Amino acid sequence: MRVIIFGCGRTGAALAKRLARLKHEVVVIERDPQMLGRLGQDHGCTIIVGNGLDDDILERAGIRSADCFIASTRGDNSNLMAAQIARARYSVPRICAKVNDPERAREYQKLGVFCITPNLLTAGMMKSWIVEEPFASIETYNVLEGGEL
Amino acid sequence: MYVIVVGGGKVGQYLMKRLLAEGREALLIEKSASAAGELRQLFGDAVLTGDGCEAATQREAGFQRADVVAAVTGEDEDNLVVCQMAANSWGVQRTIARVNDPSHTWLFREVGISGTVSATDVLYNLIEQEISVGQVIPLGALKMGNIEVVEATLTHRSPSVGKRVRDLALPPKSNIVWILRNDEGMLVDGDTVLQTGDLLVALVQTEHEALLRQIL
Repeated sequence: MRVIIFGCGRTGAALAKRLARLKHEVVVIERDPQMLGRLGQDHGCTIIVGNGLDDDILERAGIRSADCFIASTRGDNSNLMAAQIARARYSVPRICAKVNDPERAREYQKLGVFCITPNLLTAGMMKSWIVEEPFASIETYNVLEGGEL
Repeated sequence: MYVIVVGGGKVGQYLMKRLLAEGREALLIEKSASAAGELRQLFGDAVLTGDGCEAATQREAGFQRADVVAAVTGEDEDNLVVCQMAANSWGVQRTIARVNDPSHTWLFREVGISGTVSATDVLYNLIEQEISVGQVIPLGALKMGNIEVVEATLTHRSPSVGKRVRDLALPPKSNIVWILRNDEGMLVDGDTVLQTGDLLVALVQTEHEALLRQIL
């Protein structure tokens, strides 16, 4: 699979390395060259320094033939915008945005943008671990529970 | 009419000034507490400190009863999310976004944001008009009827110089309304003879602007 990852923070870098190890074709787009150190040596990814909201950067990353686009910068809004560009302009089959604000994530889920909310996932998994229940699916963890913000 | 403006930079400030001067109910949302403090000196209680992208701020600002939400921050991604949340979560009918990078304009239209304003596009269009039109400059478009007010300065090469207005084959429904000649304004009738150096103001349908340009 050809996967484009926008944002080489802790999440993006960890994901890139895992996918590259499985021999997937991984392109990492990152605005800040210093962040690329997280990938370490011999990571096997293609690196593009630039803004993943710009068409020329996305095209250089080969977005027209990408199977999957992951937006994992630290900015919820950048991620949501990039994911929507990937879907609307380039028809990337699978898009995913990291969105820290659960309410924002819920609204964009309704618009068909697959969002992962790290804090909900973490809290949900910790709870499962504490009460010694089996770990559940992303969808189970990835939703707000009654009245929660 | 209740208008919510998100982003207290220069654009947001001038917009607020105009809205309040026209007696409209308006609220300005600014993320930075220090900037919001300064804005409160200008606009008093019509300033809310908070992140306009967050549901809690939107609830407090009263997005649910807003007629218009204008997102005018310097970041396209923030403006996009404000407008999408306003329309989809709160049912706001009119959403307007400032688009800083014109290459993003299509996305704002694609997701149904009612209006986009790109300063770069506006300036570029003005420059382009100056370049392509030569001596005819559109002064403004009257929105309802596709009528443009255009200004033209006649040179010795203008084909209309020396002719009476009634003898010009002007485009349908267009009219030369006023001439500035030797620093004096004059109204125009069919017998007015055009001269080199005349500055004309004419009304023309947008689609006939090019034709008018040829005739003048």
